[in-house]
Amino acid sequence: MSATHLPQANLPLAGKLRDPDFSSRIFWLTFALLLLWPLGVATEFRPWVLWEPENRKVSRDFLAIFWPLVYDAEFMRMVVRETWRTVAMATAGVTLALMLAIPMCLMATRVLSLSALSGRMDRWPAVLRWCVRATLIVLRSIPELVWALVFVRVVGLGPTAGVLAIALTYGGMLGKVYAEILESGESHATHTLMRNGSGRLQAFVYALLPSHAAELASYTVYRWECAIRSSVVLGFVGAGGLGQQLDNSMKMFNGGEVATLLLIFILLVALADSVSAWLRRALS
Amino acid sequence: MNIELLGLQARHPSAAANAPAALQGISLQLSAGEQVAIIGPSGAGKTSLLQVLACAQKPTSGELRLGGQSPWRLSSHELRLLRGRLFLAPQVPPLPPRQRVVTSVLAGRLPGMSLVASLRSLFYPIDIPAAYEALNHFDLSDKLFDRVDRLSGGERQRVGLARALLSPASLWLIDEPLSALDPMRARIAMTALVKLARERQITMVATLHQVDMALTHFDRIIGLHQGQMVFDLPSAQVTRERLANLYEQQGQEQANEFGLDASNAEPEQNPVVPAPVVMHCR
Repeated sequence: MSATHLPQANLPLAGKLRDPDFSSRIFWLTFALLLLWPLGVATEFRPWVLWEPENRKVSRDFLAIFWPLVYDAEFMRMVVRETWRTVAMATAGVTLALMLAIPMCLMATRVLSLSALSGRMDRWPAVLRWCVRATLIVLRSIPELVWALVFVRVVGLGPTAGVLAIALTYGGMLGKVYAEILESGESHATHTLMRNGSGRLQAFVYALLPSHAAELASYTVYRWECAIRSSVVLGFVGAGGLGQQLDNSMKMFNGGEVATLLLIFILLVALADSVSAWLRRALS
Repeated sequence: MNIELLGLQARHPSAAANAPAALQGISLQLSAGEQVAIIGPSGAGKTSLLQVLACAQKPTSGELRLGGQSPWRLSSHELRLLRGRLFLAPQVPPLPPRQRVVTSVLAGRLPGMSLVASLRSLFYPIDIPAAYEALNHFDLSDKLFDRVDRLSGGERQRVGLARALLSPASLWLIDEPLSALDPMRARIAMTALVKLARERQITMVATLHQVDMALTHFDRIIGLHQGQMVFDLPSAQVTRERLANLYEQQGQEQANEFGLDASNAEPEQNPVVPAPVVMHCR
């Protein structure tokens, strides 16, 4: 494995030529495997039960009702209407989330701190930054499903509840990840501008944003794709869109409709994927 | 802007505790409009001195006065105003790769611009003729609307220098302005910087590795070695022996030079989190 096959006798350097990190690497690998074991037990991780004959039959029967697909005119009109509603829900939700996330990530990111330019951040900016981070944690740690259940009671059944739920959870996620993207990259240009007397927002639009635009844009598109997928789940609790139709079809055991709806989803996700790829190309 | 240093000590924030300070007891006076070159071997503390002068690094002891003010006793607002009056050009040009040259150059104006004006300038560049003229001084005006990542290393360095011409600063702190330039371009760039600084009565401190350049373009030369000032003389008095002495000491101490290099010669990075120097060659 290591350098044991080297002719050690006539190589005085043999001890030095061994990878010094090898034993610690082996140790951590073993350690990780040992740590995984109780996790597997706790989650009843036994994938092979899927292959037991009676379980195979259940899966086969479930998949069999997917065929033939349902595509009569009336159903398709409904599908198009609900698809549009789902896309609108995801887009409106992400737009609202951006309004939350952008100001919060600007407050949370350390790169844009003027006092941290030369030494430690001052106390009050550090406290504010900590509070913003805490708010972001609260926003994103409550699942959008829970927010949706709350909002369905407040604003009634329909897409509004879904939009608000997506806005809150995704605002938390976007704010955190934006702040991390901004901190992870090259900050030389930003710091130089601030050292030469520019303001924080000026340094943001003239240095930090152009350095990270592609990454930020592609992450936002990915989150939009996630919002489309999560609007399905939200539909199950009455927030409208394709998800609600999927829920209805499932309850009626109408496999053909379920399959058509799932195909539409796959197309939407593929669309988001190509938009993201195109954006990355355009921005880099 | 005049500069006054008295017994200034500084150490790099990430330096090992037992490493010698990057600057040890530097005392120096520069009157407004004066121009000096700092020379010395790698790791002598040239960049550290510029960082301290640019209020990017706090001195551990000693006195620093810029235009009669002690920057570290100012309120944060006053410190920002003071920073607007100085311009630090790091050795690695601080240009975001996807930005256009015109935007990068006009960013020099930011300290004197309101946020609204700077946003409007992103939409339509606020003073294209000024950016063109600044680039023209460095023989680069044809790249006005090119993207920064399409430029060569030397071109980027000159864009970084052209930014200085647009800044409202009265003190230029320029770190190794010629490190990526060919001899002809280096001469053009140095001539332009010195001439414009003289015209506008701007105080200029430049670190240089090219001793001949320093001697021909600057009237006053400061030699640094291991954080200490070895000489501060008019360029006519900088003899061959002094230079040999300045750079030769390094040869004798080559053995511990590496250790010193790591702690003292951090390039112009954020002093809190020294990131690796990237040349943005994408």
